Amino acid sequence: MLDGRSMIRRRAGLRLWLSAGWLGALGAAALLAPWIAPHDPLAQDLFLGRMPPFWVAGAEPGYWLGTDSLGRDVLSRILYGARVALLVALAAGGISCLVGATLGLLAGFLRGWFDMIISRLIDIWMAFPPVLFAILLIAVLGPGLVSIIIAVVVIDWTRFARVVRSEAMLQGVMDYVASARVAGAGRIGTMIREVLPNVLPTIVVLLTLEMGIAVIVEAILSFVNLSISTDDPTWGGMIAEGRTSIHQAWWVLVFPLIALFLTVLAFSQLGEGLKDRFDPVLR
Amino acid sequence: MSFLSVRNLSVRLKNGPPLLRRVSLDVAAGEVRGLVGESGAGKSMIGKAVLGILPPSVEITEGEIFVGGTDLLRLPPRESRRRIGASCALIPQDPLTALNPSHRIGPQITNRLVDILGWTRSAAEARARDLLAEVQIADPARVLRSYPHELSGGMRQRILIASAFAAEPKLIVADEPTTALDVTVQKQILKLIAGMQARHGTALLFVTHDLGVVSKVCQRLSVLYSGMVVEDSTVADFFAAPRHPYSAALLAAMPKYTDPDAGLHPVPDAEIDAVRAEVTAFDRRAARG
Repeated sequence: MLDGRSMIRRRAGLRLWLSAGWLGALGAAALLAPWIAPHDPLAQDLFLGRMPPFWVAGAEPGYWLGTDSLGRDVLSRILYGARVALLVALAAGGISCLVGATLGLLAGFLRGWFDMIISRLIDIWMAFPPVLFAILLIAVLGPGLVSIIIAVVVIDWTRFARVVRSEAMLQGVMDYVASARVAGAGRIGTMIREVLPNVLPTIVVLLTLEMGIAVIVEAILSFVNLSISTDDPTWGGMIAEGRTSIHQAWWVLVFPLIALFLTVLAFSQLGEGLKDRFDPVLR
Repeated sequence: MSFLSVRNLSVRLKNGPPLLRRVSLDVAAGEVRGLVGESGAGKSMIGKAVLGILPPSVEITEGEIFVGGTDLLRLPPRESRRRIGASCALIPQDPLTALNPSHRIGPQITNRLVDILGWTRSAAEARARDLLAEVQIADPARVLRSYPHELSGGMRQRILIASAFAAEPKLIVADEPTTALDVTVQKQILKLIAGMQARHGTALLFVTHDLGVVSKVCQRLSVLYSGMVVEDSTVADFFAAPRHPYSAALLAAMPKYTDPDAGLHPVPDAEIDAVRAEVTAFDRRAARG
């Protein structure tokens, strides 16, 4: 049975499994980092500085992805860095989704004065350059994990609000909404039961994209040294350190970069995969 | 008093031009009233006003809408909504957007019975199966488990009709229920609505721009032009001798399928100008108060 429909389903399935597989493995590794990391991510050993990864001549056994200029194990630091990256992705992505999607849904479905306020707020918000806004926020809040999460939420809720609002407006004028109202359903009840399920696929895609964006924002902030304390390993911090020794020890820069790239890619593909799989209209 | 009685209903765009001009019409229990007019004449607007689903961009400026003897516009919103839900239903125009794409057919029919009217789940499910059988759907059990996109347009319109009759409403507003369908399916759907209406004794407000449809299913009709009722008569009288010149011209404009050489007769400019002058005169009177 090789009609178009089943082909689409198989492609979607592969995408979903690959991205979910990577994120699942990364999540497990991050959770289990204290037990599976081969070394203490903070332990320095100047005699072991800039050891190459295992397949390059001169590699030190046990340091699979090499060491940085202070002799810290790159693999262990990536595993611990994954904790920060995923925590920011989940918390910042989840909260901005909750805030933005709720406001967008209410604005798009209820219209009227509420919509006016939210829409103007979005317009004003979007006029700020986001990275500068983030740096400003961190400067005010002081560095730290919670500050990063707050910064991402404050900047990115508009992403959800904008798209969900227009989607809710589109669904709000459909006849099935009118039918529900005629049957006696209240406004909020109609919004949650009739409109939300049809906006949900879009919200899921946005949420996973936002998680990817949150990982990047965290990396950018740690790259400019505004993330959590400089001792704790983060991917952005590792990239910043690796940059200075790129000609002597490329692995210090490249491996966290690969982890970052794969993670962001996996988040965006996870969203598309979930949408293909669970949107009843596409299914 | 008739089950539905609309009295001097005026609706306008917020701070904009009027859309309905002191519309009055009655639908007695078990009666079918056709509501005809050109696109934009306000046919659907009347149905929406009765069902309390006017878009937020318009407002009712005067009039009464009596349903079962109570003026809905005088009730608190929650109470009027409850009354509409208990006694009225809608057969929407476009079957493709009238079923929620995210829910299976079964719950879309039964949830309203269970959540709003307090039926038991099993009674509602039995009712849904019976209704689908009544609208001649071959395999009700399978259809109830389907998502809307798995069914054809005609099938979905049958489901919407079944769903409208589910709670035995006293009044159904059918908003151009055959316009979005193929001509071949239209006839079956019309027959189905007429049959269901007769069996259930439901009053029907039938919005359409097709006078042929009116002659088949309605007992009375209102002709609307630019939000104004220009004629209100029984279907027999109307087709024998329309009173208003505009509706006479409208009737003459009906294509005659039995005589292919008859040609088409658009409503003459003179009649349009005359009825427009009436509208203008009405607005002037209204402005003077």
